Amino acid sequence: MPLHHYRPPPNHGGITSTQQQQVTHQPPAMDVLSQSRRQLADYTNSLHRDGFLDDQFSQLQQLQDESSPDFVMEVVSLFFEDCQKLVTNMARALSELQAVDFKQVDSSVHQLKGSSSSVGAARIKNLCVAFKTCCDSQNRDGCMRCLQEVNRECVLLKNKLQTLFRLEQQIISAGGSIPM
Amino acid sequence: MESCNCIEPQLPPDELLSKYQYISDFFIALAYFSIPLELIYFVKKSAVFPYRWVLVQFGAFIVLCGATHLINLWTFTIHSRTVAIVMTTAKILTAVVSCATALMLVHIIPDLLSVKTRELFLKNKAAELDREMGLIRTQEETGRHVRMLTHEIRSTLDRHTILKTTLVELGRTLSLEECALWMPTRTGLELQLAYTLRQQNPVGYTVPIHLPVINQVFSSNRAVKISPNSPVARLRPLAGKYPGEVVAVRVPLLHLSNFQINDWPELSTKRYALMVLMLPSDSARQWHTYELELVEVVADQVAVALSHAAILEESMRARDLLMEQNVALDLARREAETAIRARNDFLAVMNHEMRTPMHAIIALSSLLQETELTPEQRLMVETILKSSNLLATLINDVLDLSRLEDGSLQLDLGSFNLHSAFREVINLIRPIASVKKLVVTLHLAPDLPEYATGDEKRLMQTLLNVVGNAVKFSKEGSISITAFVAKAESLRDPRAPDFFPVPSDNHFFLRVQVKDTGSGINPQDYPKLFTKFAQSQSLATKNSAGSGLGLAICKRFVNLMDGHIWLESEGLGKGCTAIFMVKLGVTECCTESKLPPATNASMNHAQTAFPGLKVMVMDDNGVSRMVTKGLLVHLGCDVTTVSSGDECLRLISQDHHVVFIDVCMYDGYEVALRVHEKLTKRHERPLTVALTANSDKATKDHCRRVGMNGVVLKPVSVDKMRTVLSDLLEHRNLV
Repeated sequence: MPLHHYRPPPNHGGITSTQQQQVTHQPPAMDVLSQSRRQLADYTNSLHRDGFLDDQFSQLQQLQDESSPDFVMEVVSLFFEDCQKLVTNMARALSELQAVDFKQVDSSVHQLKGSSSSVGAARIKNLCVAFKTCCDSQNRDGCMRCLQEVNRECVLLKNKLQTLFRLEQQIISAGGSIPM
Repeated sequence: MESCNCIEPQLPPDELLSKYQYISDFFIALAYFSIPLELIYFVKKSAVFPYRWVLVQFGAFIVLCGATHLINLWTFTIHSRTVAIVMTTAKILTAVVSCATALMLVHIIPDLLSVKTRELFLKNKAAELDREMGLIRTQEETGRHVRMLTHEIRSTLDRHTILKTTLVELGRTLSLEECALWMPTRTGLELQLAYTLRQQNPVGYTVPIHLPVINQVFSSNRAVKISPNSPVARLRPLAGKYPGEVVAVRVPLLHLSNFQINDWPELSTKRYALMVLMLPSDSARQWHTYELELVEVVADQVAVALSHAAILEESMRARDLLMEQNVALDLARREAETAIRARNDFLAVMNHEMRTPMHAIIALSSLLQETELTPEQRLMVETILKSSNLLATLINDVLDLSRLEDGSLQLDLGSFNLHSAFREVINLIRPIASVKKLVVTLHLAPDLPEYATGDEKRLMQTLLNVVGNAVKFSKEGSISITAFVAKAESLRDPRAPDFFPVPSDNHFFLRVQVKDTGSGINPQDYPKLFTKFAQSQSLATKNSAGSGLGLAICKRFVNLMDGHIWLESEGLGKGCTAIFMVKLGVTECCTESKLPPATNASMNHAQTAFPGLKVMVMDDNGVSRMVTKGLLVHLGCDVTTVSSGDECLRLISQDHHVVFIDVCMYDGYEVALRVHEKLTKRHERPLTVALTANSDKATKDHCRRVGMNGVVLKPVSVDKMRTVLSDLLEHRNLV
C-alpha cells in the first residue's frame, strides 16, 4: 500500500504550507488509528511551536518516499552522531588548561550550525549562533556555558524525536499511513 | 466916609493878619488866573478833551473867583464906590457862574468817572486781544512749521529720507534734545530703535511691544506724555539732573490695502511705529498743547508719506521685474528660433549623409545573403540584415521628424506573427544581454493571439527600443518581458486618466510589460523621459550611446497605434518597468503552422523532474551532504557526493552537468576555479553552483569572480532546488 503523505494544517506562525494537502481515506472503524494520528499531529505541532524543529524538518519529511522510507531517521541519526562527536571535541578543546584553541572550537561550532540547519533543529542552530559569538570574543566561560546548553538541547531533541518516531511506528504497525 | 469899616493904614496888631490875608488873596488870584491858563494850554495840547465848554465855564468860574479875590485886594484899603460896585458885580457874577458850574458838575462828574471805567475796560480788552493775537501767531507759526515739515517729508519718496527729515525738522522746530523712532520688527513682537536724531548709528535696541506704556501710546492717536524712565525714552545717559519731559506718539504704518476710496484709513491698520520726543533736560520747558498738536499732525503726515513711498517702491519693483521678464522672453524667443533653424539645417544635411551608408550596408548584406554561406554565417548575416533594416527605419523616422510631428506618418498595416515578432526581438537583444550577464525571459500569455494585424516593423522597433533601454540601464540582474491581452480593468492607468481604450470585436489591446532590475528612474526625471533628445544627467554620464530619441519615437508610434506607453519605477536603483499598450487587429490568418506548444511550455514552466541529470555535491558536513543528496535524488537526479576538494577534482568530469560546492569550506572557491580550469570548453563544462549559508554581497561577488554560475542559500527546500535546476538548465545561469 503506497504511503500517502498528508500534512496537518499548520497552526503556528513559522511554518507556511507549500505543499498540497492530500487527505487519506481511512475506514471509519479504525478509532485507534485516528487517535494515534491525532496524537502524532499534536506532538509534531508542539515540537514546531516550541521551536525544536523548523521548516527544514518538514522538507526532510517530504523527501521520504518509497525509494527512501527511512530517510528522516537516517539523517537524524547521522546528525546526532555528528553532534556527539563535535561536542566531545569542543569539550576537550575547552578544558585545555593552557591556551584554548578557539579556532578549533569555532570550526566545530560552524559544522554543528551547518548540520543543525540542514536537519531543521532550530534551537540548536540558534545556540550555535550565540556560541560562535563567544568563540569570537574568546570567552572560555561563555563557551563552556554554551557547550553545556548545546549538550542539553541535543539530548532533549533526541528524546523528543525518539518519541516522534515511536508514534510513527505505532501508526505504521496499526496499518495506517504516516502523516507528515 | 467915616462909616466905612475900612482898616486904617496904621498897623494895629490885626494888621499882621490883614497883611497875610492880603498876600494870600494875591496868590489865590494869581493861582486862579493861572489855572485856567494851564487848563487851556493843556486842553489845546491834548485835542481830545470832549468837554470844552465845561472848561470854559470852569475857566470863567475860576477867572471870576480870581477877579473877586483880586478886587478884594483893593478893599483892604480905602476904596471908592466904583471899586465896591465892581467888587459886588464880580461877586455876583462869580456866584452865578459857580452855581451854574456846580450844577453842571453834577452832570459831568459821573460822565467823567465812566470814562475812566471805559478806559479800564478798554485796557483789559486790549490785553486780551494781545493774548489772542499771540495765540494766533503761534498757531500760524505751527501751521507754517507743519507745512514746511510736510513739504520736506513729501518732497522725497525715499523712506529713510522721510524719517530722517521728520526727526531733524521736528528737532529743530521744537528744539528737542533727542528724537527717536522705533519701528516694529518683522515678527511684530518687538520695537526696534530705527532712527535717532543725535546718535548717528543707533544700536539695535529692542523693546517688547506689549509694554503698558507702549500700549497706552498706541491706543490713542494723541501725543501722550510718558515718563522719561520708560525703556523707550532711556536712550542716552542723562545729560542733566532733571530729564526733560518726554512725549510719544504713534505713527500708523499703512498698507496699500488700507486706502479705500470712500473711507479714510482710520482704525484699520494694526502696525504702528513709535516716535519719542524729548525736551532738553534742565530746561524747565513744558510741552505746550500746540506743540503736541504739531507732533500729532506730523505723525500722521509721516504715515501717509511712508505709504506713498511704499507704493512707489512696489510699482517700481514690479516694473523692473516686468522689464527683466521681457528681456528674458525676447532672448528665449531668439534662442528658440536659432535652435529651430539649426535643427532644420542639421536634418537637411544629415539626411543624405546618414542614408547613404545605411543603404550600402543593407544592399551589401542582402547580396552577401545570396552567396554561399555556412549556417552560422547565414545566421549572422540575417541578424545583420534585420538590425540594419530596423536601423534604416529608425533613420528614416528621425530624419522625417517633421512628418512625425505633423502626424502625417502612416502605419504600414499588415498581418504578422505576433509570437515570432517577440521572439525575434528577444533573439536580437540576447547577445547584448548575455555580454552584460543579464537574464532575459519572455512570457507570452496563453490567450495571446498568434497572428495580428498591425505595423510589424514599428511594433518591433518599439519593443526593441524598450527592451534595449532595459538592457542599457541594467548592470546586472534580469529583464523579464510579459505580453498579454489587456483586460478592461487593466486598461486604465492612473498616470493617464484620459486614456480610455475600448476594445472591440475586431481589435484587441496588446499589453507588454518589460521589467528590469537596473538603475531605475528618478521621479524627478519622469516628465522628461519621453521628450526628444532629453536625457537625465545621470544617464548621460554613464556613457550611453543613445540619442535620446528612443522613447520619444516609441511614444509616437504607440500613439499612432491608439495606445499608451509609460514607465513605472520605485526610484533610483530599484529597477524600472516599462509598460505599453497598443491596439492590434484580430486576424484569422493561419497560413503558418503553429509552433509546437512544448517549446512555449518549456519556457514558462519549470521542470518537475530532471531525469538523468548528473550532479555532484561537495560538502564537508555529513548531514548537509546527506540532505542535499536526498533532495536531488527526490528530484530524480543522479547524485555523486564528495567531501573534499581533492576527491571532487578527482571525480569531476564533463559528464557531470551541475556541481554544488559548499563555499564555506576552506577550499571551496579554489575547487571551483580548479574545476573551471580542468574543464575549459564552455559547452561541456559542468555548471558550478555555490551552496552557502551567507547571502551577503561579498560571498556573491566572490562566487562571480571565480566564475560560478549561481549561488544558492542553505538550507534548500525542494521547490527551491527545483527552480534552481530548471533555471540552470534553461539559462545556464541563475538569477
